[in-house]
Amino acid sequence: MNIQSLVDEVPVEGEYSMEGIDFISSGEQFLTFLLAQEQYAVNILCVEEIRSWENPTKIPNAPHYVKGVINMRGIIVPIIDLRLKFDIGEAIYCETTVVVVLTVVNDDKSRTIGFVVDAVSDVLNAEENEIKKAPAFGGCVPQEYIAGLVNVAENVVTVLNVVALQTIEAHQLD
Amino acid sequence: MSIDLSQFIPSFLEESFEGLELMESSLLTLQQGDDDSINAIFRAAHSIKGGAGTFGFNHVTEFTHLVETLLDEMRNGQRNIVQPEVELLLVSVDCLRFLIKAIRDEEPCENSKIAETAKLLEFALQKQEIEAAVTTNHEITSDNSQAFSTWLITFIPEPHLVQTGNDPLLLFNALAELGEVSLEADCKELPSLLGLDAETLHLTWTLSLKTSVNEDEIKEVFEWVEDECQLSITQQKSDSAENKLVSSPLVEEAVKAPQIKAVPSPVVVNSPEKSTQKSKSETGSIRVGVDKVDSLINLVGELVITQSMLSELGNDFEMSKLTRLTNGLEQLLQNTKELQESVMRIRMLPISFVFNRFPRLVHDLSKKTDKEVTLVINGEQTELDKTVMEQIGDPLVHLVRNAVDHGIESKETRIANGKSEVGTITLAAYHQGGNVVIEINDDGGGIDRQAVFDKAVEKGLVDTSNTLNESQVFDLIFEPGFSTAKELSDISGRGVGMDVVKKNIQSLGGRIQVQSEQGKGSQFKVYLPLTLAILDGQLVKVGREVYIIPLITIVESLQVKEQLINRVSGDMVLYRLREDNVPIIPIYQLFDIPADNKELSNALLVVVEADGQKVGLMVDDLLAQQQVVVKSLNDNYQQVEGISGATILGDGSVAMILDVPGMITMALKRAQRQQSNEKASKKKIETEVLA
Amino acid sequence: MSKILVVDDSNSIRDMVSFTLKSAGYETVEAKDGQDGLAKAKTNNFDLVISDVNMPIMDGIALCGELRKLAPFKFTPILMLTTESSTDMKMRGKSAGATGWLVKPFNPEKLLATIKRVIR
Repeated sequence: MNIQSLVDEVPVEGEYSMEGIDFISSGEQFLTFLLAQEQYAVNILCVEEIRSWENPTKIPNAPHYVKGVINMRGIIVPIIDLRLKFDIGEAIYCETTVVVVLTVVNDDKSRTIGFVVDAVSDVLNAEENEIKKAPAFGGCVPQEYIAGLVNVAENVVTVLNVVALQTIEAHQLD
Repeated sequence: MSIDLSQFIPSFLEESFEGLELMESSLLTLQQGDDDSINAIFRAAHSIKGGAGTFGFNHVTEFTHLVETLLDEMRNGQRNIVQPEVELLLVSVDCLRFLIKAIRDEEPCENSKIAETAKLLEFALQKQEIEAAVTTNHEITSDNSQAFSTWLITFIPEPHLVQTGNDPLLLFNALAELGEVSLEADCKELPSLLGLDAETLHLTWTLSLKTSVNEDEIKEVFEWVEDECQLSITQQKSDSAENKLVSSPLVEEAVKAPQIKAVPSPVVVNSPEKSTQKSKSETGSIRVGVDKVDSLINLVGELVITQSMLSELGNDFEMSKLTRLTNGLEQLLQNTKELQESVMRIRMLPISFVFNRFPRLVHDLSKKTDKEVTLVINGEQTELDKTVMEQIGDPLVHLVRNAVDHGIESKETRIANGKSEVGTITLAAYHQGGNVVIEINDDGGGIDRQAVFDKAVEKGLVDTSNTLNESQVFDLIFEPGFSTAKELSDISGRGVGMDVVKKNIQSLGGRIQVQSEQGKGSQFKVYLPLTLAILDGQLVKVGREVYIIPLITIVESLQVKEQLINRVSGDMVLYRLREDNVPIIPIYQLFDIPADNKELSNALLVVVEADGQKVGLMVDDLLAQQQVVVKSLNDNYQQVEGISGATILGDGSVAMILDVPGMITMALKRAQRQQSNEKASKKKIETEVLA
Repeated sequence: MSKILVVDDSNSIRDMVSFTLKSAGYETVEAKDGQDGLAKAKTNNFDLVISDVNMPIMDGIALCGELRKLAPFKFTPILMLTTESSTDMKMRGKSAGATGWLVKPFNPEKLLATIKRVIR
């Protein structure tokens, strides 16, 4: 009985695969989407739903990037257009325009907000060490919303901090 | 088997709160010789003590024991019921409330006040009483370190032992749980068959028990019968002296204590106990009377019938069945309405839950301020929504405090003004229209209108040139930071009160109104919706948006007549509605949205009233009236000015519900800003011109 | 299945005792004071009665006395739940015909073990 050979046979975490299906057993998964032509991502655990764009009900005197609210299975969900919020690209509403609905639970309080994006892409798997800190300057997206950057092939994906995204600035009184 | 009792703790806590309430209200009116009351108070304390002990809340048990002992002496006549001790008991009730709350909220229960009160109680009891009230359990521990020993037990019961309900056989079974038992019965005294009396014992026993438990535990098995038997328990020296005693079958028969049972009667189904709806704690639970539940069940039954009828109709629908379909839908509407009302009633609780804290409050306040005040309560059975009730407490407390502190004058002043020495505060609640109205009236000195006006000028809230009517002046007291109290009293008058009260009431969808007459008194009226969840609304269209105006705020709707429009001081547009001049608020402007019709001349106006003021809301179109379910925007978004909530319409789209008072405030602010902007730009031009 | 009558004016204690007994396989009926207990006793047969002493309307001692007057309850074991273990209490209980007593607070295991002395 050779112990070493037995050890070699034991599957190692992350390496186990079965007939072409990769079991993702470590790291986190992210949903990537496009704003203009740039790639962004959010933790997939926060993604409640992906909806096609529909005209929301306006909220009086709301900031321009708050498009309004929609009815999602009986819940009133505010819709925020990230392209307007971060001033990226053009906020057009067409067939591929999509709303990514994110739910975050914080201190027993849960908040659900829908974000308008240009299109959704793949699901990305990334380990914690693959998420690098973003440089402190440049970019349209303010620092506090960025969790980090991930390299995927030749592209750079900006991972967004969902909790920060959900923080709504106090209503501006004019 | 380990049984988890923690599921019963919430129920115990609730019960304890109720018990404390009872104690408090009874203590407030307790008189010497009032046996029923003192017994009830004692029982309440006793229950709390017992329950606390069972669940292991020792600090509560210890404290309550002191209270209970004092009460016991009072009910036994050992101690007279005197005021200082009643006051002490009232304070003790507060302490207990604090302790129970601490348990419920899982917060620390350390409090110097409690320790202080406990000392006072001990002092009052004047004896070295305070052994822990918790009697230690006799835990049946098997002490493995103790060696086994054999005990010889002789058990000579009195013949009538079974008449107490005790059964020697069962006692021996219990003994057998402690170890190995063998026994021998002595049949000497056994009479012949004819002489056998089924109700008496004719036997005695000798038992041998091999066990590791101590003598006390063996004795415990016989503790209930020790007065009715001769019992000896001796430890055998040698371990091997096992008397294997065999009991003969004949003996076993006779040993069984005959229990005369009547022919079992059919179990009677008891009428359901009406559990009263009491839910004081702010947990998410509510007790509902069975009648409400039954009514719900009936209504759901009817709904099911209607549904199956409609379903059947739908199966092979032909136009000839149209009338039946319409009738069916009508029926469905009726069922839904009734069901809805029935469900809403479940959340309704009598306002007494809020009112019952006031006797104590007024009692304490009047002592503190050295005034004589009586409290009259009317309509405490008026029901309102549980959530509303939970939140209306604090504002009401503030108003009552106000009434005692600022409303009711000192004894001297009252007498000097020909009033009775004792001031009266009246708390009343009743239903009116779709609202619950709560009145807080006092027969005090009233609000000094001039003082209020002056203070407002001082704070820059109004211009000296402003002409305000009486109710508008009184409304000023709800402005933030407003207080005319010459000295800031400890109770109220810090100036943070009234505006918070108003805000709280408004956040519940209600409003507050004040009336006062100098020298005679003041009257505060709080209007609250019957329920927060459902609203009767008027749908209106502005541009592409649909809004909902609460029906209760609508005075009337009309088509504008050009000649009745008046423009006043800049941008303010007034509409002459009979004798009133009603300011017009164009919704599209306020909300900055496109509208079909921006021309006032043939606009549609919905005249609404809020805070005693009328305004006309300009809309493009009037749509249907319907009941809507109110959903908050706060959950996922935030409070929006001018909007009190949202709802989902029949077509699945979201519509905003207008907050009329909020819109009025918005319009006012906007107008003021505009005014000051104009002033500033005017000044600028003037200075430029001069330069 | 043995049937037990549980009489106590405290809801939580009653629930707790009933729950404990049911977990052990007994059937229980509850009453909220002596009068209620007596009423239930007149229409049901019980193998054991467990009753609190301090209750409104009719207390445990009085209930015991009344029960003993009923033929089916002449020998039924009746246990008093009490927070005191004074001799005076025992005497009062005994003269009313009580079988025994249980001192509060008790834990469920103790309750079950103790009632075995009077019920199968």
